[in-house]
Amino acid sequence: MNPITICQVNYYFGKKALAKQVLFDINLDIEAGEIVILTGPSGSGKTTLLTLIGGLRAVQSGSLCTLGKELFQASEAELVKLRGQIGYIFQAHNLLPFMTAQQNVQMSLELNQDLSSHQIVSQAQEMLAAVGLGDKGNYYPDHLSGGQKQRAAIARALANQPKLILADEPTAALDSKSGREVVNIMYRLVKENHSTILLVTHDGRILDIADRIIYMEDGRLAQRKTFL
Amino acid sequence: MSDRLFTAWLQLKYQKIRFLIALSGVIFAVIIIFFQLGISNALFDGAVRFHQGLQGDCFILSSRSTNLTDLASFSQRRLSQAQAFEEVEYVNPIYFGVARWKNPESRNSWQSIGMIGFDLRHQTFDLPGIKSNINRLQARDTVLFDRNSRTEFGAVAEQFERDNSVITEVSNRRIKVVGLFELGTSFAFDGNILTSDLNFLRISNREKGFIDIGLIKLKTGADPENFKLKLQEYLPQDVQVFTKQEFINFEQNYWQTSQPIGFTFNLNVVMSFIVGAVVVYQILYTNVSEHLKEFATLKAIGYSHQYLLNIVFQQALIIGSLGYIPGLAIAIFIYKFAQQATLLPIAMTWQRAINILVATIIMCLIAGVSAVKKMKSANPADIF
Repeated sequence: MNPITICQVNYYFGKKALAKQVLFDINLDIEAGEIVILTGPSGSGKTTLLTLIGGLRAVQSGSLCTLGKELFQASEAELVKLRGQIGYIFQAHNLLPFMTAQQNVQMSLELNQDLSSHQIVSQAQEMLAAVGLGDKGNYYPDHLSGGQKQRAAIARALANQPKLILADEPTAALDSKSGREVVNIMYRLVKENHSTILLVTHDGRILDIADRIIYMEDGRLAQRKTFL
Repeated sequence: MSDRLFTAWLQLKYQKIRFLIALSGVIFAVIIIFFQLGISNALFDGAVRFHQGLQGDCFILSSRSTNLTDLASFSQRRLSQAQAFEEVEYVNPIYFGVARWKNPESRNSWQSIGMIGFDLRHQTFDLPGIKSNINRLQARDTVLFDRNSRTEFGAVAEQFERDNSVITEVSNRRIKVVGLFELGTSFAFDGNILTSDLNFLRISNREKGFIDIGLIKLKTGADPENFKLKLQEYLPQDVQVFTKQEFINFEQNYWQTSQPIGFTFNLNVVMSFIVGAVVVYQILYTNVSEHLKEFATLKAIGYSHQYLLNIVFQQALIIGSLGYIPGLAIAIFIYKFAQQATLLPIAMTWQRAINILVATIIMCLIAGVSAVKKMKSANPADIF
């Protein structure tokens, strides 16, 4: 079973006369363990597609299966459940400012009802250590650098060892050195877990980690082996 | 869930100043509400302490009387007519009026004081100090002084306890204080003196035969309600008849409805409630709107909308209960202080403490319900 299967998906913003189509006849399969980069100009619909896959928007037509779950006409409760199984990494770190790095990671682990509070704390510590923040667990996000915050956000996204990771411009706000570090960490953890990753980016410096690069323009997909 | 992170509390705790502002808003509202209710209850209780002390079952007032400060006299014959009924054990004429009291210390200071006169033959009042001193009022120009009167009347109680007598003037007549009793202040009277019917008529220069309140004591077993209806039917329209409870309600109702006092107190309570709710709403709203992106992120990683709503309501409850406790403590302190300053019987009751706790929680929940609408804007699709 492929983690992502998309068949004839169209998507419109707005309603009726004001409706504007942003995605045209999208067909896409991503296999387990693949690292796929989705790139293309601003406004081409990349992020919209990502949010559809992640269950953050309602699918309007066609068929979209994420982790084996059909999202067309899925209920809100089903979407909430699905979101818990996906790791999200955002352009901004979006850490809760009133929680320490450790607590932010715990928030993600707490969604897993099977874990005891003891396991949650120890797994959060392990996760922070894995992203190189083992000694920063008690720091509030305000006291971390941009790269450290993004690494904490990765620790939060990957803490539950999700089978699918969706990342939107994870390096856009970072300098090239911390951007590289973040990508390397992501790459290592994803390979260890045998997870699948779909990464939206403009950042030409990180394309080398991809198994496959998909190009999107004006709401349509085009596959390429290389990026010009 | 108990061992899970307490998101609502962590957020409140992180912004300490803002949290303190929210708390102080609640504390302020709680104190004002307590204070208003305490004072108004004390005033309304104080207004009827006289009535409650009266040992009678039914009372006759002139139809033109509206409250203790506005008693019209009526013919004592009405009371004699009532006495003819077989259910009646005895009747007692009561005189009530305002006299001019001369402060025995600063000799030139004159104050209005409530003066009560009654027939000494019957046990008319159940107030502390009356029973033991009643016989001393047989003498001419003697009074009992209310030791809970305000200090403007002079340190009469202290002087009496020291010398066993105080001489002063009431309405230009030389009188002697022969004892102390306890009644307390009310809306209208800052102090009181009690005397016999004969002394009352002498001091006030009123003619005999016209009284202010007619007290009727019924024989055991007689129903005051039935007797009242019967008497009202029998007597002419120039008097009104009450049971004891009706007499009390009559007085309180006057102060609550015919005077701006009751309305003012209620308005203040409502205003403080609104101020408290608005402050809490502001804080909750800011907490949500400033962190919309982060809350949307929580939704994106799998938290339900309900979880986010719960955060807001938990914060409302935390602010409400943590603000109530110091509010209650300060209110108890203020009650003590106000009681000493005004001599009104202001006291905290369990009933009031619980009522205000419930009101505070409701106030915070209203704020929460208003603020939680903002959480709808936490749309995870918008944060990418």
